[in-house]
Amino acid sequence: MDLSIFALLVQDGITNGAVYALLALALVLVFAVTRVIWIPSGEFVTYGTLTLAALQPVNNAPPAQPPGTIALVVGMAVVAGAMEFIACARHGEIPRIPVRLLKWTALPLVIAAAAWWLARIELPLWAQIVVALALVTTLGPLLYRIAYQPLAEASVLVLLIVSVAVHFALTGLGLLFFGAEGSRTPPFSSESFQLGAITVSLQSLLVVLTSIGLIAALALFFGRTLFGKALRATALNRVGARLVGVSPNLAGTATFTLAALLCAFSGVLIGPITTVYYDSGFLVSLKGFVGAIIGGLVSYPLAAAGAMLVGLLEAFASFWASGFKEVIVFTLIIPVLLWRSLTAHHHEEDDE
Amino acid sequence: MHVRKLLPALSAGIALALSGAALPVWADINVGVTLSATGPAASLGIPEKNTFELLPTTIGGEKVNWIILDDASDTTKAVTNTRKLIAEDKVDVVVGSTITPNSLAMVDVVADAETPMISMAASAQIVNPANPKTRWVFKTPQNDALMADAIAIHMKANGVKTMGYIGFADAYGDGWLTEMRRSAQTAGVKIVAEEKYNRNDASVTGQVLKLVSANPDAVLIGAAGTPGATPQKELVARNYKGRIYQTHGIANPDFLRVAGKDANGTVLPIGPMLVYEQLPDSNPLKKAAAEYIGKYEAKYGKGSRTTFGGHAWDAYLLLARAVPEAQKKAKSGTKEFRAALRDALENTKELVATHGVYTMTPQDHNGLDNRARTMIKIENGNWVLAK
Repeated sequence: MDLSIFALLVQDGITNGAVYALLALALVLVFAVTRVIWIPSGEFVTYGTLTLAALQPVNNAPPAQPPGTIALVVGMAVVAGAMEFIACARHGEIPRIPVRLLKWTALPLVIAAAAWWLARIELPLWAQIVVALALVTTLGPLLYRIAYQPLAEASVLVLLIVSVAVHFALTGLGLLFFGAEGSRTPPFSSESFQLGAITVSLQSLLVVLTSIGLIAALALFFGRTLFGKALRATALNRVGARLVGVSPNLAGTATFTLAALLCAFSGVLIGPITTVYYDSGFLVSLKGFVGAIIGGLVSYPLAAAGAMLVGLLEAFASFWASGFKEVIVFTLIIPVLLWRSLTAHHHEEDDE
Repeated sequence: MHVRKLLPALSAGIALALSGAALPVWADINVGVTLSATGPAASLGIPEKNTFELLPTTIGGEKVNWIILDDASDTTKAVTNTRKLIAEDKVDVVVGSTITPNSLAMVDVVADAETPMISMAASAQIVNPANPKTRWVFKTPQNDALMADAIAIHMKANGVKTMGYIGFADAYGDGWLTEMRRSAQTAGVKIVAEEKYNRNDASVTGQVLKLVSANPDAVLIGAAGTPGATPQKELVARNYKGRIYQTHGIANPDFLRVAGKDANGTVLPIGPMLVYEQLPDSNPLKKAAAEYIGKYEAKYGKGSRTTFGGHAWDAYLLLARAVPEAQKKAKSGTKEFRAALRDALENTKELVATHGVYTMTPQDHNGLDNRARTMIKIENGNWVLAK
């Protein structure tokens, strides 16, 4: 191995690690606030890429069929609206129904309608990205409302099982919407430049910089804003936060919106550098999960660092022993778990 | 439980069962199909499923029921499907599955039930060696060995002395590596690097760097469908100047879409049907392929053809010839019919199908020869017959 190969592997590892880091952050965020181990995060990545790919022109004409994500948003908006309606009617909160319906059904429907209209006209790439992000991000809160909110008080294990179910449902729908074969999206830039002896592609640089930017933005959000602090409060103590006026439902919705945006953004970032399939998400989220585990599912910087480690390990393992790459990456989790269970004091968060 | 209430229900049930048994057997021919329309092999299974939807509903004047089940590319599910088809639907023949591991697992089940089976998966192990179990099993796709030989011959003719291999870390990739080792040795080509990757890998930079640093004259990518584009694009990005070979597993329009201009100049062996328009009129396959692809593209759109759908169509062509033979000997739905159908399949001689010309023998339940392969090249998003 010479220096140029080493540099290329490092570049590859960091690019992938940056994407895993975004996922690890989303996982930590969701787990901290809602105690959900968010297995379907990977599906939001694939939906992000594949929705964007489905918006791409075919033979210089806008795609004949708008992405299936639109139908999913419409369907989920109707279900969420119905659930809100029933919940309000049951609790005798009839006057609240219009506002709730506006929020849960009308707003997503407006987004879906706008996306449906925009899918038919020729758009520059950045506008397509906005449309794809808006659609996939809308799925986040809707998913929380439908699958998780009714069970918000359940144990971590129940929430995990719900996550597994949601994961399978989304993968199946992904096959239906996007087909079995993979897609790539056009690169933001095909430029590359020399950095000493090393060629760095602008696309990978963009991925890393965006990830760092998002990580910094998250740190600011949770450290400096009132809303961020309220989310952290819910994470620390749901009951206590409720007592001082932070709605756990609002916190959950906000978290899922943010996490969905993060994941969809990862999807948009990796679209040009790799082929994404309807079922790619699971492995990506699992690697993000390894990163998040290294951070103990609580620490953002540690999770990001862990994800970087996974990316680098993967790059070098694929060079030296490609047949055992996954084995090496996932074996990493065993010493980490051992070390964490020996050092960290055990606390049963189900006892609250 | 009240016995008095139970008794009438029971007797009614018995009466129903008896009347059912007493009915004359107007059984249609039941063909059970299990294929991988979802899961990792979905890109192969979906065109097969589409092909079954084109098939006629009668063979030899008798009604045919095509009972199509999805096994989700899962071995256990394929076996369950096969048992269900045999036990509940009383099928006369099983077609499937799409992939090798599933087909291998189904062999025991069909042999126990003495039901013939036609697999649409590639590995020669499905039908070889000939023994009492594989006696019941046939398969339509070309053996990997046939295709690997074609690549090795092409390499030798083009002055390739050393080659690198990168393939799936699964049965497909390993199977190809084994075949290629043998073919390459025969042709005097040395394999200097062997790398593996997973279908869903986000990056194959590490493997490709290692391949390129071994500096082979050519690289063979052992992959199926769009995942084959990942190493292809990476090799081009790393300025690899040698020739790139792919396997017939990638031959679908999606591969061309994803690989784009990076696929230019890539060579692969293929069933001639894919480029039937470019075949000389003297080639008997041209007419058979034109009929199938004409029907397929009329329904699913121009350019939608894949070789995988052709394997399903060839299974139908085998049945279309064998079923009338079996009908002469026994009634459909009986054990005798299934045995007669098996014999008829084994006696298939010079059947011109889309992928090749089938001549089965007790030792060879695939029956294809060199007419079932041709080398093609990718040029600007088109499949072109290689000279």
